[in-house]
Amino acid sequence: SSWWSHVEMGPPDPILGVTEAFKRDTNSKKMNLGVGAYRDDNGKPYVLNCVRKAEAMMASKKMDKEYLPIGGLADFTRASAELALGENSEAFKSGRYVTVQGISGTGSLRIGANFLQRFFKASRDVYLPKPSWGNHTPIFRDAGLQLQAYRYYDPKTCSLDFSGAMDDISKIPEKSIILLHACAHNPTGVDPRQEQWKELAAVVKKRNLLVYFDMAYQGFASGDINRDAWAVRYFIEQGINIILAQSYAKNMGLYGERAGAFTVICSDAEEAKRVESQLKILIRPMYSNPPLNGARIASIILNTPDLRKEWLVEVKGMADRIISMRTQLVSNLKKEGSSHNWQHITDQIGMFCFTGLKPEQVERLIKEFSIYMTKDGRISVAGVTSGNVGYLAHAIHQVTK
Amino acid sequence: AYRTDEGQPWVLPVVKKVEQMIANDHSLNHEYLPILGLPEFRANASRIALGDDSPAIKENRIGSVQSLGGTGALRIGAEFLRRWYNGNNNTATPVYISAPSWENHNSVFVDAGFKDIRTYHYWDAAKRGLDLQGLLDDMEKAPEFSIFILHACAHNPTGTDPTPDQWKQIAAVMKRRFLFPFFDSAYQGFASGSLDKDAWAVRYFVSEGFELFCAQSFSKNFGLYNERVGNLTVVGKDTDNVQRVLSQMEKIVRTTWSNPPSQGARIVATTLSSPQLFAEWYDNVKTMADRVLLMRSELRSRLESLGTPGTWNHITEQIGMFSFTGLNPKQVEYMIKEKHIYLMASGRINMCGLTTKNLDYVAKSIHEAVTKIQ
Repeated sequence: SSWWSHVEMGPPDPILGVTEAFKRDTNSKKMNLGVGAYRDDNGKPYVLNCVRKAEAMMASKKMDKEYLPIGGLADFTRASAELALGENSEAFKSGRYVTVQGISGTGSLRIGANFLQRFFKASRDVYLPKPSWGNHTPIFRDAGLQLQAYRYYDPKTCSLDFSGAMDDISKIPEKSIILLHACAHNPTGVDPRQEQWKELAAVVKKRNLLVYFDMAYQGFASGDINRDAWAVRYFIEQGINIILAQSYAKNMGLYGERAGAFTVICSDAEEAKRVESQLKILIRPMYSNPPLNGARIASIILNTPDLRKEWLVEVKGMADRIISMRTQLVSNLKKEGSSHNWQHITDQIGMFCFTGLKPEQVERLIKEFSIYMTKDGRISVAGVTSGNVGYLAHAIHQVTK
Repeated sequence: AYRTDEGQPWVLPVVKKVEQMIANDHSLNHEYLPILGLPEFRANASRIALGDDSPAIKENRIGSVQSLGGTGALRIGAEFLRRWYNGNNNTATPVYISAPSWENHNSVFVDAGFKDIRTYHYWDAAKRGLDLQGLLDDMEKAPEFSIFILHACAHNPTGTDPTPDQWKQIAAVMKRRFLFPFFDSAYQGFASGSLDKDAWAVRYFVSEGFELFCAQSFSKNFGLYNERVGNLTVVGKDTDNVQRVLSQMEKIVRTTWSNPPSQGARIVATTLSSPQLFAEWYDNVKTMADRVLLMRSELRSRLESLGTPGTWNHITEQIGMFSFTGLNPKQVEYMIKEKHIYLMASGRINMCGLTTKNLDYVAKSIHEAVTKIQ
């Protein structure tokens, strides 16, 4: 008999299931709107030009393959901090932060979660927005923390339930941990406006909450890296010492290279050194030290003025295409004669859109039109192209009229 | 890390070649790998460990999880065992680590949640070799179902491996006492120059019907240190069990790093799946192993010529990157302070640090340390 007879089969990943079904479908008009990766207007993966250039530079340099330090590539972590905080940030200039390289967004979130479990004794509770990225919950749970929620998305209006959020957050026990999506909320695409962020900052400060920002889409949301980091920077300016997870999967298209960073804003540089030493002690028994390739590409891009300029143009290009698809989807729905209010599609931002479609309607889209998305009505706008947006609008109209 | 005879890091020629191939292939992109990793990498990596003719592979009862280096593979295995081995979430299951061992082994299992980490006898300082009797005694006394971390070859830090006969004795006790073998294989090929020889112990256990884990690292044998290329090979009783195990490992991976890095896995997969590139790689590995073996024999012969007190056959009997010289802490201090030769307080030296240029100096320094300091 086996040691593993009692091991249960893990549940299939809901999003993977969408892609599996899509692959099996033989309909030539099929659309995969589950994919969480950017696609160009031909529906193809897009490798950024600045990435190709950085790679060419690396290939010509003939570098060795020696281990990185546990905290990662220094040029990368410094550039990541500067990208998030802004070059004029007092926190950045004073050095009262520590940034370690993480395994893209997930790995960075997990380092932070483990760090909180070990060193944040005031609370075990992490408050997530309702809804949040599906993987947030298991990450924090596996790190040994407990999950709570605050109201966020209003399904009636397909937008932010701001009063609900403020109400819930104002009641969170002091010194709890609250997770906020810096921009392009996943999965809803609903972000607070700047005036709303200001009120949120005031209430988390009043409640003395530990703020954990997840920033996976800087630049990718609005097309402007400074605009997308506004909330992060505002909170720090208000004296809130946040912790932050960054990902370069989407904004540099480095998905499989796993480039990310975890940052702790500290009281001073001395505290930052102590925090850094503890982060390294956490990282070493996980994977010893991080992978070089993605971090090196990102570092070259961020630190080479010409490539950085080129990157900013390319990331804006991706964001603009997404915004354009949102606009075209709404106008096509109008053309189809839909009487519903689809404004939320253009109000929402980033890769994902909560359409407001009900499970039965999603079911029909899959079965009758071969348009694949998750049951919650979430679509990846990245999967929409000028070639198929008309078909998508037609199909949505058919199932909602 | 490996060093050339000029004391420099060495990027394997086959790796340079394959990296160029990858760089020139514009059909490749940077999309996410599956959670468990690049399929071609996983299959080839496990095949390297278990052998082309492995019964376990033929019977389709193996699984693989691409991991971030050997450390990552150990951690995923440890997290899985803590959740699912010997009951559910049984953090009290004893985990046995050799005395001494790589110091990170302890941290991996502690951070994975195990509460009872113990050592098993391994290094016999007096005879400068394996304390087999102590090891077997510990296994006899260990509670049933205990987990044992075994170094597949080139034991770190002692360089002292059981002989095939000794491995057979170890396996017999482990089978009788229902002890779980978790192999750490960081030096396959790098130790002896032969992939098969360095995997003998793992394959023997498989042939004896054990279910086991083997954490593999491609840091040393591919020189891919900073790309974090590793693999956790799972050998089970049958396909169904292995599939369920992998489905749960997938959940663990998803909350740790979501999916593994692409670059290093592509290099290894491309190399291992091409007969020509595989042959080139084998040659590169042999180059590294042979240099280390040469340094061992050269150091030993110099010490014996100098008439350095004590016996020095352990230098060539030990294998892999490291050697427990037998120097005591005071002698080590002398080496560092007076001779500027850096080694660990345990007397462990990294053989890769030896070169034809410094052999004489190192041998003379060891001679001085041993004769001047007791």
